[in-house]
Amino acid sequence: MLKILKYVAAAIAACVPAGAAFAAWELNMPVGVTELSREIHGLHMMVLWVCVLIAVVVFAVIIYSIIAFRRSKHPVPATFDHSTKVEVIWTVIPIAILVGMAIPAAETLIKIEDMRDSELTVKVTGYQWQWHYDYLDEGVSFFSRLDRDSDAARQLNSGIDPNTIDNYLLEVDNRFVVPVDTKVRVLLTSSDVAHAWWVPEFGMKKDAYPGFVNEIWFRADKPGVYRGQCAELCGYDHAFMPVVVEVKSKEEFSAWLQAQQANGTEAAQVADSQADNAAEAAVARAE
Amino acid sequence: MSTVQTHAGHADTHHDHEHHGPAKGLRRWLFATNHKDIGTMYLVFSLTMFFVGGTMAMIIRAELFQPGLQLVDPMFFNSMTTMHALVMIFGAVMPAFVGLANWMIPLQIGAPDMALPRMNNLSFWILPFAFLLLLSTLFVEGGAPASGWTMYPPLSLQTGNAFPMSIFAIHLMGASSIMGAINVIVTIMNMRAPGMTLLKMPLFTWSWLITAYLIIAVMPVLAGAVTMLLTDHFFGTTFFSAAGGGDPVMYQHIFWFFGHPEVYIMILPAFGIVSEIIPTFSRKRLFGYDAMVYAIASIAFLSFIVWAHHMFTVGMPLAGQMFFMLATMLIAVPTGVKVFNWTATMYKGSLTFEPPMLFAISFLFMFSIGGFSGLMLAIVPADFQYHDSYFVVAHFHYVLVPGAVFAIMAAAYFWLPKWTGHMYNQKLAKAHFWLSTIFVNVLFFPQHFLGLAGMPRRIPDYNTQFADWNMVSSIGAFGFGLSQLIFLYIVWQCARGGVKATDKVWDGGMPHGLEWTLSSPPPYHSFEVAPEVK
Repeated sequence: MLKILKYVAAAIAACVPAGAAFAAWELNMPVGVTELSREIHGLHMMVLWVCVLIAVVVFAVIIYSIIAFRRSKHPVPATFDHSTKVEVIWTVIPIAILVGMAIPAAETLIKIEDMRDSELTVKVTGYQWQWHYDYLDEGVSFFSRLDRDSDAARQLNSGIDPNTIDNYLLEVDNRFVVPVDTKVRVLLTSSDVAHAWWVPEFGMKKDAYPGFVNEIWFRADKPGVYRGQCAELCGYDHAFMPVVVEVKSKEEFSAWLQAQQANGTEAAQVADSQADNAAEAAVARAE
Repeated sequence: MSTVQTHAGHADTHHDHEHHGPAKGLRRWLFATNHKDIGTMYLVFSLTMFFVGGTMAMIIRAELFQPGLQLVDPMFFNSMTTMHALVMIFGAVMPAFVGLANWMIPLQIGAPDMALPRMNNLSFWILPFAFLLLLSTLFVEGGAPASGWTMYPPLSLQTGNAFPMSIFAIHLMGASSIMGAINVIVTIMNMRAPGMTLLKMPLFTWSWLITAYLIIAVMPVLAGAVTMLLTDHFFGTTFFSAAGGGDPVMYQHIFWFFGHPEVYIMILPAFGIVSEIIPTFSRKRLFGYDAMVYAIASIAFLSFIVWAHHMFTVGMPLAGQMFFMLATMLIAVPTGVKVFNWTATMYKGSLTFEPPMLFAISFLFMFSIGGFSGLMLAIVPADFQYHDSYFVVAHFHYVLVPGAVFAIMAAAYFWLPKWTGHMYNQKLAKAHFWLSTIFVNVLFFPQHFLGLAGMPRRIPDYNTQFADWNMVSSIGAFGFGLSQLIFLYIVWQCARGGVKATDKVWDGGMPHGLEWTLSSPPPYHSFEVAPEVK
């Protein structure tokens, strides 16, 4: 037994140096940076606490029964086997609790589905295995795929420690740039199989299907870089098509957009004669 | 079923069926028509598949032990998640319940055998071939199916040679399940002992009666869905392709119309088992028997109108999302009634903690945890975060592993002495219980955190922020996997011999029901004379 413990301790010790370099032991959903994500977080916490409360009560009764009514303490069992009164009570009370949960959930849901008055519309197309962003009416579009460092490290037995890569698997070559405090409508579709576009900090996830268009919206109120991933199994490299959104101030966004538009025509010409890699290089140069 | 009257001493001259006992050697199993032999084969098959599917789970957790790809390429990883699910659902959990039904329903209702013994033989013997076909896809061009057990198009249409093979395997499994279900219904409806009205049936039998109807209702739907995939792939139809006027989301609707009742097919018999065990070791009658039956029936009904909660992110009209949210939340009511009634059964009882009771209590706690996360998933706005993340993985593994699988283990520990006539090593069984319960939580609880932090499911590699909990989860997985070898040893040892079990087996407890009136092991034809139930 001692020997086994020793081995276990050694195994854990072996893991620690690697573990120490890792990020925090995250436990919960991010609060996020949009009104919707905060509401969703609030709903999540409310339902979680209701569940915890119910669990505490029910588990307490079970544990009490296990301790107080074990045979050595309570040798003669009671003989009751039903009670219409309590059965009605524990049918009605849960219904009331559920109604209490459903009302705020429905309110948030209605907000989520309200697509009116968007200020910027971007068509996002899923490909095996990258995203394409098309700023409708702005003449700017580009592919966004896993960055080179992550891509090198993620190969089978690459020998590269993922801990040495910044934002391993959550960085792209061309970020999806949006302005802060702006209602951005995302139209989702796909060119091949089903994908799902997900940024946890925006509280939003939706599937992308070939031949159909789905829509979601978000209004980020804090500039920054927000990372997510494809969330619907889409084949071989499903794990390797991140979503990276960069929220800029409105002025920086306009400047970025203009630079893109200026380079866009040049990039398109290059792309005509060369591979689409060249287009990306042009975009990269612009940044 | 023709002649029943002959006394044992005259058997040789009459060539009766009853007194031959089992045939010798392989013929006993190949041509088995006896409900106990077939039940045993189902259970052994299920245990085998449990270890096959478990091995796949170990490969998955080994790859996820740390970030980076160390062991398998992404395609094989996807095959492993897909095959793990198919093997565990159709190979381990469902056959285990059918095996238990075969063994226990005739014993519980006072019948000599199942009503349709030859169909029973066929429904079992289809299974090894179905799984041989499914598992052989691991070795064909293009690899095993890798589009998830849900086989969503258009991705599933990219599967290689495994595609028609896996679909045919699913057809076979469905046929087997339907035959098993028909057998259960016919047996229960026609062969109950005189005096056993429906509302006097043991709850395990009740849960199976309702489950059998679910199986008959939804297995053909699955068969239809995968057949449409097949024709889309090979015969130029476009059911699921927008290019031809179809819709990939329609597949998901059809699939989950099967899929949601399917998850209850995997849990209702577990409810039945727990309802047998808790009263026995609480020495008190089950609290609210009628309510328990009605709760199972309501859950079964609701299972048909909640399917789209598996697909809130596909882009549904607001009214649709509302309806499926509310209907899904309603399920918490009958499920709550069941948990409360089990608790009330233990309350003021006189409890002892033999291995089956330990597993049943463990079920009570951890199934509830799975139920709570299920309620959370029903809240549509929050589901937009949870959907397709590890939170979902944690949720359904909580209801399937410490839920369904623990109930099956509880059933095995409860009835094994009845089946074999020997008591198993209870000390070892308790060790198995504690190791399983601890490791299953180390394995699955951190997956809630991973999902909430943003880790999608079905990925072989992840950002380093997810590394810590993944390592914990993998350690739990290896511990849980290894602990199950103890179960294998206990069953093997018990089948070979041991302390003789009495007829009632749990003499100190309060075993109720007809199965305990027979010898351990029961006679080959169970109840040759129907018992009278008052």
